[in-house]
Parts: sequence; C-alpha cells; structure tokens
Amino acid sequence: MSYIKPKFEHPRAPKNTLGYTRKEYEGSLSTLCAGCGHDSISAAIVDACFELSIEPHRVAKLSGIGCSSKTPAYFLNNSHGFNSVHGRMPSVATGANLANRDLVYLGVSGDGDSASIGFGQFAHVIRRNLNMTYIVMNNGCYGLTKGQDSATADHGSVSKAGSVNNFEGIDMCAIAIELGATFVAQSFSGDKNQLIPLIKAALSHSGFSLINVVSPCVTFNNNPGSTKSYDYVREHNEALSSLDFVPVKEEITTEYDEIDVKMVEMHDGTFIKLNKLHQGFDPQDKLSIINALQVARQKDEILTGLLYLDTESIELNDLIGTVNKPLNSLTEKELCPGSEVLEKINAGLR
Amino acid sequence: MSTINDFVVRFANVNGTGSASANSLFAKSIFRMGVPVSAKNIFPSNIQGLPTWYEVRVSEKGYLGRKNGIDLMVSVNPQSLKKDIASVRPGGYFVYDSTKKLYEEFLREDINFIGIPLMDICNREFSDPRQKQLFKNIVYVGALAKLLDISFDEIEKLLSEQFKGKEKLVIPNVKALNLGGDYIAENFDFPLDFRVERRDLVKDWILIDGNAAAGLGAVYGGASVVSWYPITPSTSLVSSFEKYANKLRKDPETGKNNFSVVQSEDELSAIGMAIGANWNGARAFTATSGPGLSLMNEFLGLAYYSEIPVVLADVQRSGPSTGMPTRTQQSDLLMAAYASHGDTKHVLLIPSTPTECFEMMADAFDLAEQLQTPVLFMTDLDLGMNEHMCPPFKWDDSRKYNRGKVLNAEELEAAQDWGRYKDVDGDGIPYRTLPGTHPTKGAYFTRGSSHDEKAAYSEDSDTYVRIMNRLVKKLETAKTLVPSPAFYQENNTSEIGVIFFGTSRYAAEEALDIMRADGLKIDAMRLKAFPFCQEVEDFIDAHKQVFVVEQNRDAQMRTLLINELEVNPKKLIRVLNFDGTPITADLIIQPISALNLQSI
Repeated sequence: MSYIKPKFEHPRAPKNTLGYTRKEYEGSLSTLCAGCGHDSISAAIVDACFELSIEPHRVAKLSGIGCSSKTPAYFLNNSHGFNSVHGRMPSVATGANLANRDLVYLGVSGDGDSASIGFGQFAHVIRRNLNMTYIVMNNGCYGLTKGQDSATADHGSVSKAGSVNNFEGIDMCAIAIELGATFVAQSFSGDKNQLIPLIKAALSHSGFSLINVVSPCVTFNNNPGSTKSYDYVREHNEALSSLDFVPVKEEITTEYDEIDVKMVEMHDGTFIKLNKLHQGFDPQDKLSIINALQVARQKDEILTGLLYLDTESIELNDLIGTVNKPLNSLTEKELCPGSEVLEKINAGLR
Repeated sequence: MSTINDFVVRFANVNGTGSASANSLFAKSIFRMGVPVSAKNIFPSNIQGLPTWYEVRVSEKGYLGRKNGIDLMVSVNPQSLKKDIASVRPGGYFVYDSTKKLYEEFLREDINFIGIPLMDICNREFSDPRQKQLFKNIVYVGALAKLLDISFDEIEKLLSEQFKGKEKLVIPNVKALNLGGDYIAENFDFPLDFRVERRDLVKDWILIDGNAAAGLGAVYGGASVVSWYPITPSTSLVSSFEKYANKLRKDPETGKNNFSVVQSEDELSAIGMAIGANWNGARAFTATSGPGLSLMNEFLGLAYYSEIPVVLADVQRSGPSTGMPTRTQQSDLLMAAYASHGDTKHVLLIPSTPTECFEMMADAFDLAEQLQTPVLFMTDLDLGMNEHMCPPFKWDDSRKYNRGKVLNAEELEAAQDWGRYKDVDGDGIPYRTLPGTHPTKGAYFTRGSSHDEKAAYSEDSDTYVRIMNRLVKKLETAKTLVPSPAFYQENNTSEIGVIFFGTSRYAAEEALDIMRADGLKIDAMRLKAFPFCQEVEDFIDAHKQVFVVEQNRDAQMRTLLINELEVNPKKLIRVLNFDGTPITADLIIQPISALNLQSI
C-alpha cells in the first residue's frame, strides 16, 4: 500500500528563493522502523535541497535494493525516482547522466547494496567520476532480511544474536579515496547540523561525491557491542571539522581568517567553510586523510566531516568529450547523417 | 571442360601473421570482377600462433552459404597440414610453401600439388624481416590470381585504395603479387580447370560484415548512448558505431561528441547504463554475446516490468559456458525470448544480411520506444564477423524517429489524471514521462516491485494480475509491429513447408532451388521476429509437415513455435546444424529429401 501525507501546510511556512516551501521537497510517509537512522538522512536531504533552492523536478533520485534504497520514496515527491536492481544503481545513474547531464543526480544506497553485491559498480562509478551525489546509509547489516552482518560490519562487532564478526569491515570512505573519488565525506544520521551542509556541498560538487552516513539499524544492530549503534557512534564520533556551506562568495568576510578555519571554493563558485579544523589535516591533501583514516581505525574512532575534496575534478561527460547539450534533447538533425552520406558509405563498400 | 565462377578456396593460416587482409584482398578482387563471392573466417579464440582458416566460395548463381568440398587449398600452416591435405576434394588442388618438402606420408594420389617456395622467394626479394613474413601472403594471392584468372589490375587497384596516403607501401605489395604470378607462369599450367570470369552479377551490391552494418544502423537509428563490455563476436559492432559516430556525429561548432560510448566494468553494468539512459530519454543500446546475455537477465526483467525501452544486440556464438567463442550458432533464442526470472517475454529481431542488420538495428530503437520494452537484435558470429555481399543501405530522409508515447510539459499540463501504467489507448502501451519535464506533474517512482497504474508500490493481488495481463496485451500489439516473415512463394503449393531464419537463409535458399529443381514441391518462410505474428501461424497451419532449420542442438526456434502457437510437436521436424560452422545447403536437403522419399 502507499502512504499519503496530509496536504495541510502552514500559510506562513518559509519559502526558498524559488518560492517553494520545504513541504514541496518532501516525499511519502516512511515505512521504515520507528527511529531508523535512514529517516533522519531523508529529512536532511529534504532540508539540503530546500535550502539550496534546487528545483525538485530537476533532480533524479536513484537507488538499488534494501531498506536504504526504499528511501527515495520518502523525499522529493516531485522528482523522478528509480528503484533499480540490487547493487546496480551506479550503472543506471551513469546511463541516466549520459542521457541528460543537466539534471542533479542523487543516488541512495546501503552497505549491502554498495559494499557487497554492488561493490564492483561502486568502484567503477567512482573511477569514472560520474557527476552525482552518492549517499550510503551504512548500518553494518542487512535490515530487510533481518539483520545479517554486512561487509561494512567492523571486525569484532557483536550482533544482536550475540555472534562476533570475524571478518574485516570495508571502510567505504578509505576505499573511495583510493579509487579516486573527488568528494568524500562521512557523517552520522544523528548529526543533522553536520549532515545538511555536507549534502549541500556534495550536490554542488561537479564530479562524484560520496557521503558515507553511519545510520543505525534500531531493530537489528543497535545492541551493546555493535559498532554501528547510536551509543557507540556518539561515543566514537570524531569530527575533523565543523562545516558551513556558503552558497555565494559575497557572504565571505574577513572574519574567517582564524587559524583553524579553511575556506574551500567549489567548482560552481560556492564555498565550504571548515571550522575547528583538526591540526595536520587538510581535506585537499589526499595523504593527510589516508593517514588520518588509518590512525582513526587504530583508535576506534569514526572520523566525520569533509574528508577529501578535489576542486579540479573533471566529471565523466567532460572526460569523454560529450557535447554540453543533453543527449536526450538531440533530434534527427543532429543524430541522423542522412541518405547522401549513406550513399558515399555504400560507394566505399563496393 | 572448365568450370566458371563456381568453386571453393580455403586458406590455412597461422593467426596473427597478417593473412586476414591478404585473404580478403583475394575475395574482394573477385567481387570487383562482378562475380558473387562469400568469405568465412574460421578462427581460434587466440591472438597469435594457432591455426585459422578462411574459406571463399565463388558462385555464379549467387549462392552465398557455405559449401562442402574444397576445390583449392592454400596451405601456409604446417600445424594443420595433414588435415588440410585430407580435406581437398578428389581432383582438387593443394597450394603450399615448397621451401620445405612435404612429408611423403601426407601425399595423396588423387589431388594436384602446386608447390611455391614462398619463404625462399620472400627471403630473396625482401630485406625487412616483417616484410619477409607479410609478403608471403601477397605472393600466394598473386599465384592464385594467375591460377584462377583473376584480374591483376583489380588487385592492384584494391591495394592502392588500401594504402591510400601510404603510396610507398603499394610498390612492394605489387612486387610481391607479381612474384607469385610469375612463379606460376614459369612453372605450371594455368589457368586451372576452374576459374573466374568477369561478370556483371554483383550490380550495386556492397560487401560488409553484419556488425559494421549494425553499428552504422545504430548511428542512423539515433542511438546516442552506448555501453558495452568486450566480448567476441560482438565487440566489432560497438567499434563500428564508434568509428562512424566519430566521423558523422561531431558537433560542428565545438567538435564535441553528439554521442557517448562507455566501456563498462561488466555486462551487468553495460545493460544497466543502457536502461538508465533510455529511462532518461536517450536512445541507448548495448551489444554482447551469450555469456553477457546470461548476466543481463536480471536487468532485462526490470526493463520489461518497469517498461523501459532498451536495445540489446546479441551476436550469438557457440555455448554453453565459454563454449566455442569464435564459432557461430543460433543458440541464445530461448534465453533471449524469455530472459529473466518471473513471467517475461521479449521482442526479438532476426536479421539475415548486413542490409537487414542496418535496417533492423535502426528500427529496433523505434520499436523499443513504441513498445517501452527491451528489443533484442539477434544476429550471429557468421553474420556479424564475416563480410557478406548484400544490397546497398538506404535511408529515407523524411523518416522521423518514432519516440513512442512520451508526454511533454504541455501534454502533461493538459492530461487528465495521468498514470504511468494506465492503458489509455487499449493497446497495452501506457504513456511515460521523462525526468525534468514538468515542475509538479509527471514525476513517478520507477521500480521493479509490483506497482499500480499510478506507479505506486502495491502488493495487491488484483492490481498485480491486472498489470501482468496488460503486459500480455502489449506483446499482442508487438505482433502487429514486428517485421512479417518473408515467403518464397505467392501461394502455398505443397503440404511440406520449411522455416528458417537468420544466416541459415543463405544455405536454405540454395537448398530450396536445388530441391525445387529436382521436382520437390516445398513452401518456405523466413522468420524475422518474435513474438510470432499471425502469418507465421497461418503458414504452419497450411502445411502437413514443417521443417524448422536452425543452428543449435535443441531446436530452440521449434520449441518457441510449439510453445507460443500450440503447434503439434510431431508436425515440426528438426533440421539442425550446431558444429560451430555455418550451415550448408546439403545439410538441409538431406533430411528433407530423405523424409520425403519415405513418405512416398
């Protein structure tokens, strides 16, 4: 069955620069478990798109299969959505982007979807630097099939049934950086203040943006001993910086020249302002983040915030020399070479 | 008495030694003399060092299928010597490199040996080591030209076309050619008792392989996104698209591409990208072969159920598993027709010539978008990778692409109560929308989960059944849109019919001529598509016995006919060839004649 939310809207609800209220970015009522981290992420997506004044119909939202992949139904009702095949969202997103490079592509996936069955597609969409935002709602388990360990479950993490995971967990951010991702961030579903500006920055980045969001599964993986529980993540969360997304240059003042503040200019002229930046760490220095992630792993810390950003990123369509005009808008005139050319081709085959 | 324009020449080479271009030079020179010719590459799954054969059939009557019986063997591969000598028909010729003596025990009394010291000649005449190797091939082409009375002028013309811009290379090639010709002139009687004579039988026909033609067809058909994973024998289809697109699809102002080609990480991704692009309104396709099609099954089910157009070219090879990857077969039919779990059924197009490859590939995009479903273009290695003589390509400049039922912003504004999966017109085909079209109307959630007419998730049994039954109705509509079969008689005249499709056409048409000339009455039909239209059913109904000719072990087309049309299985008789080489007329005639005699 489908769920429909009440249509009531407060007459004085704030509007964004397009004249839309937040409501116009919402989706249907969630059918996930009460308290699921994924719902907080959906809400953050709604906030980010509303605040960025993105036209909802200019977003294409895509997902694979699993609890996380259901969420595109719970945000941006005026956007086309595509719930594809398990682990194959990256390929569908790639094709969609090749067909129309002008839309905003938002992919949502889970740890089963991206780190196991879809690990290959995850790797290759990164290599190609597809212009999309890719959010992994990472809960370390397969929620929809009742809580089996996933490939991101940490070594030593204890499941609800009491068994200990003996296998190495995949660090989505570390692997993404290794594969050449041009925007990598990590966050926690319970930290809206960090997550919203990260989503905004990711959507503004031209190229592949990964946000790995630790998002506890309240039903199957929120027990003591689990490294993906609300309590554990709160205790071990180590923010590399706090972060503001600055939509236009004009808003920058000289107040920002403190030592632990860094301004990063994005491809589209917007800025990310990083406050309380960790010493010795620079999100534009790949070696510093690779090192920081290794150190954090030894200390059982979960590094959050903007981990890596390549502002020189060149996205897929430009890498392969495609025209700026969306390919899906081309007509016979541009696509079909016509009979005269064909006659010449025939002549060359005789 | 000498035979004119009717013989088979086979070349036995080592792959990776440059023999392919020399052999096709030989075939094309005969084509240029106006004489019908067909060439088949029989090659290993290997880059260098293994035996490879190239077979050229010359046929005054225009028969382009394979024929048993080798009249002349050109042997430049010691590995396969024994087998090659044994394969020549009695009275035939064996041309070999006599630099080394042949083993006595391989010799046969009943064939003629023509020894040419290829290696000696090349060592003497050329200094560059690479040239010594390569020109061996051109020397034997020259020798053959002399033996078979092929015009040296035509070969020289072809060489200068081939090396246009690199004229320096023409001189040593022509030299090698003449060395071969002169050696024959000095040492043997020529021409042989079978030879080539100039004709005007080729008319305006062209010589091209099916993959090249299909790639060009995709350019003309408006494909703008191609995603693929390398696999023999489909790789050259995408290469052809890319080659033509790079010439014909550049934006004149910026020089950028009005297309994109992405080599994906596997076939799962290749089909996923093609589906994503089609979902977003671009014409996209992928090309693959058996193993790739196996991997694409899950996605084909999604495209079928969520009703997304997509074109998939399957250039069939011998399975199962890796099978014989460089040998031909028509053995993916059942998998293609019913690809994916659950109840699914797909549209198949089955070309038989490069001309049809061009046309059907272009048409496939119209069909896929009209029907909002996958369309599988089912060719095979023989058609895809061998050059075939065929009628020239044609294009009607007034033709508009049929983009199917896609609502634009104005139409969405005007639409009353639009639903993505509503059957408004009663043909089983709903109206779709593309992302980004309208700020508040037309957005929906595409999913492979059960959904209702408004695209909302639904596990309601009635809704599920309703949608599944509508998809059946859509396939009924497909039957009226797919190409009708070709018939070989105006009215049925016999109780016996024969059905064939794809590349079996060449051998089947020859077999028909021979059987009809022998007084056997037989009607024939060539299938071009699945699902089967009414005419297919009528043809079977009109005959007592129907032979179904196909190139696979399990008679897969016969199974489809039985399953779809509820034909009595006893009525459909298998005529099969699945050894990996293209079917011959003999193989078709034998079972039909035998059974026919029996019934008399």
